[in-house]
Amino acid sequence: MNFKTFFAFVAPSVFMMILFIALPLVSVFIQSFQITQPVMQQLEVETCTPGFITQTCVTELKTLPVIGEDGKIQTTTEWVGLQSYRNVLQMDKVWQALSSGRLADILQIDFWKALRFTLMFTLLTLPLVIGVGLLIALAVNNAARAVRGPVIFVSLLPFIITPVIGSLSIYWLFVGDGILTAMMEQWSGTNISMFAQSWTIELLMYFYRVWHVAPFAFVIFYAGLQTVNMDTLESAVIDGASRWERLRHVIIPHLMPLIVFIALIHLMDCYRVFDEIIGFRSQAHVISLQWLTVDFLTPDDAGNRAIARASASAMLTMIGIVFLLILPLRRTWRDHKGSAHS
Amino acid sequence: MTLKRLALAGAISVMGSSAFAACSYENTTEIKMLSAGFEAWKAVADAMSECGNFKAELDQEFRTKQPAAFEANPSLYHLGGVSNGTVTPLLNAKTIRPLDDLVAKYGANLSPNQLIRIDGKIMAVAMMVNTQHLMYREDILADLDIATPTSWDEVYAAAAKIKDAGVVDYPLGATMKSGWNLAQEFVNMYPGFGGALFKNDNTTGVNSDAGLKALETMKAGLAFMDPEVLVSDSTYVQQQFQQGKIAMANLWASRAAAMNDEAESQVAGKIKMAAAPTAMAGGAPATTLWWDGIVVAANITDAEADAAFKLAMEGMDSDMVQANNDAAIWLVQGFQPGPLSQGAIATATANPAPPAYPSTTQMGLLHTVLGNEIPAFLTGERDAAATLVAIEEAYTTAAKEAGVLK
Repeated sequence: MNFKTFFAFVAPSVFMMILFIALPLVSVFIQSFQITQPVMQQLEVETCTPGFITQTCVTELKTLPVIGEDGKIQTTTEWVGLQSYRNVLQMDKVWQALSSGRLADILQIDFWKALRFTLMFTLLTLPLVIGVGLLIALAVNNAARAVRGPVIFVSLLPFIITPVIGSLSIYWLFVGDGILTAMMEQWSGTNISMFAQSWTIELLMYFYRVWHVAPFAFVIFYAGLQTVNMDTLESAVIDGASRWERLRHVIIPHLMPLIVFIALIHLMDCYRVFDEIIGFRSQAHVISLQWLTVDFLTPDDAGNRAIARASASAMLTMIGIVFLLILPLRRTWRDHKGSAHS
Repeated sequence: MTLKRLALAGAISVMGSSAFAACSYENTTEIKMLSAGFEAWKAVADAMSECGNFKAELDQEFRTKQPAAFEANPSLYHLGGVSNGTVTPLLNAKTIRPLDDLVAKYGANLSPNQLIRIDGKIMAVAMMVNTQHLMYREDILADLDIATPTSWDEVYAAAAKIKDAGVVDYPLGATMKSGWNLAQEFVNMYPGFGGALFKNDNTTGVNSDAGLKALETMKAGLAFMDPEVLVSDSTYVQQQFQQGKIAMANLWASRAAAMNDEAESQVAGKIKMAAAPTAMAGGAPATTLWWDGIVVAANITDAEADAAFKLAMEGMDSDMVQANNDAAIWLVQGFQPGPLSQGAIATATANPAPPAYPSTTQMGLLHTVLGNEIPAFLTGERDAAATLVAIEEAYTTAAKEAGVLK
């Protein structure tokens, strides 16, 4: 393909990526070092509000934004350096907790609390997703041809469900006297509240995420299994390799690039965990980094948004993803270089 | 069941509209409204749409949409439904217009109590008041020979008796979903102990004795509540009542009518309303007063504003109130206070009276902070004193970023 054709094919995609990914990223990066705030003034204001029969009027000093000539609220934008990052990370409290030896105090800070969960969630679900996906793929691959179609269809179902709907369904199945909680209560004879403490909520989240994403791993692995070299497998059988040894020494090495690929995708997806927090209403017990950013961005009743802290938190989330991806990316890079040499 | 309910809803809405006197005039200007989606707004919007050329968007996410929609020029909506919590950004940005001339022209039936005045200018017209107050199962309290509780101590004493009797799953329900709802519980309780939310210099005053007491009182209730109370919002508490799972709760007056809705409630007629419990002897009921009402956008033509306000007055007239008497504690003429509204009226007319929820920028910031920081106290991760310090620090950070603190 000559360069011109190549360019014609890629240009729209590159343009979109610059417009919707690169530029917003630059803007968020800049805003994380700025604070934009309205110019405030203090005015004495009399406010009369209704009771049931008569009104109460109070005169009080109110802090109100100044309205400019254009009819909009006047704002000032200041460069504040790393202030927003400091507000999010609260390193002074972290050092204090470290020096006094009360490590649990660190998890009182929203960012670190969110980071703890996000990392644990990402790293615990990763092997589970790969393991379960591989198991289903092997099972389907060994199943009789007649049942393969239906089995593939059924195992793909969880992946088709919209994440928010999926997490809400799980929530409704377990909250209060939900069907499954009621069943567990009947079975165990004790009163169970799945959403009353963080470890049960987290357990449900892990379960939900693995259930939801494993089909994706399964499809990829299943495709990979179709390309395993039959000659190698057959010679392994002749050499007396057991089923496990064939899996360990032939199939898994063959699937390794796919495992790395799924790990990459899963790390990126999982580090942005958000739907589970909203669906399970777990804010009191468990929060994630992505939720924290959205929470900063959500305006309160008075219309305030913490855009500077949201930008800082978003940048920190991105840095986290980059760190997580370094290992698998290095491996892919090495493989790539290796294959180029041979 | 959904089908049955739909059919029922259809039947009721048909009944509703035939009960109205048809609109007294034909509206020719296209008018749009954005408001919350609860029962009272549905009633008002239905009444307004009879005049034609009217489109209402009843959306529980209205509070995030409204400031930007009204800032557009021309404004995306002519009318807005607001409460004292959500009117703040519109007042701050001056995207709603003073209504004095329009009230003089069309507001003959309005009572002075309905007119929300800021510095003497009418900025909104209230149609109803709302407050969180005590709802209780009268049959259970009568069976156990418990007098109607008037203070939180009495509520907990009653809850202990109900728990011992084991007649319901949980004696108490509460709107303690972490975030906005939980923060509101604190904003109710704290002034009940005489606490001031803010000091004169815009710093927060919650890190105080009253703050400690408010937090401890909230936590004392957990023993009588569903262990999952940190996910329970107003709808959840309402359903717990309707399904006979709880016996008492401090719940919104706007939820009262649902208790007697035969289609949903298994306890219709058994729930009574009383004033919000007091937090301390001689104090005001530990709750805040809210109003809901309409505002008119600034960025529209005077002719449109005229038509919009005229239409709003038609929607908020006494015909509408008579047809929907129990949907809210209406401030509109023609409202007949029934048994469902007694708790709210007792709360609002108590002496000393509970404060109105403050419409200030600081309150919005503090509300968010409270909603994020209090859960750690209720789950036992942090003690009350440390929680108040955390609230103070988080508020200071947010207030500095928003420009209200230097």
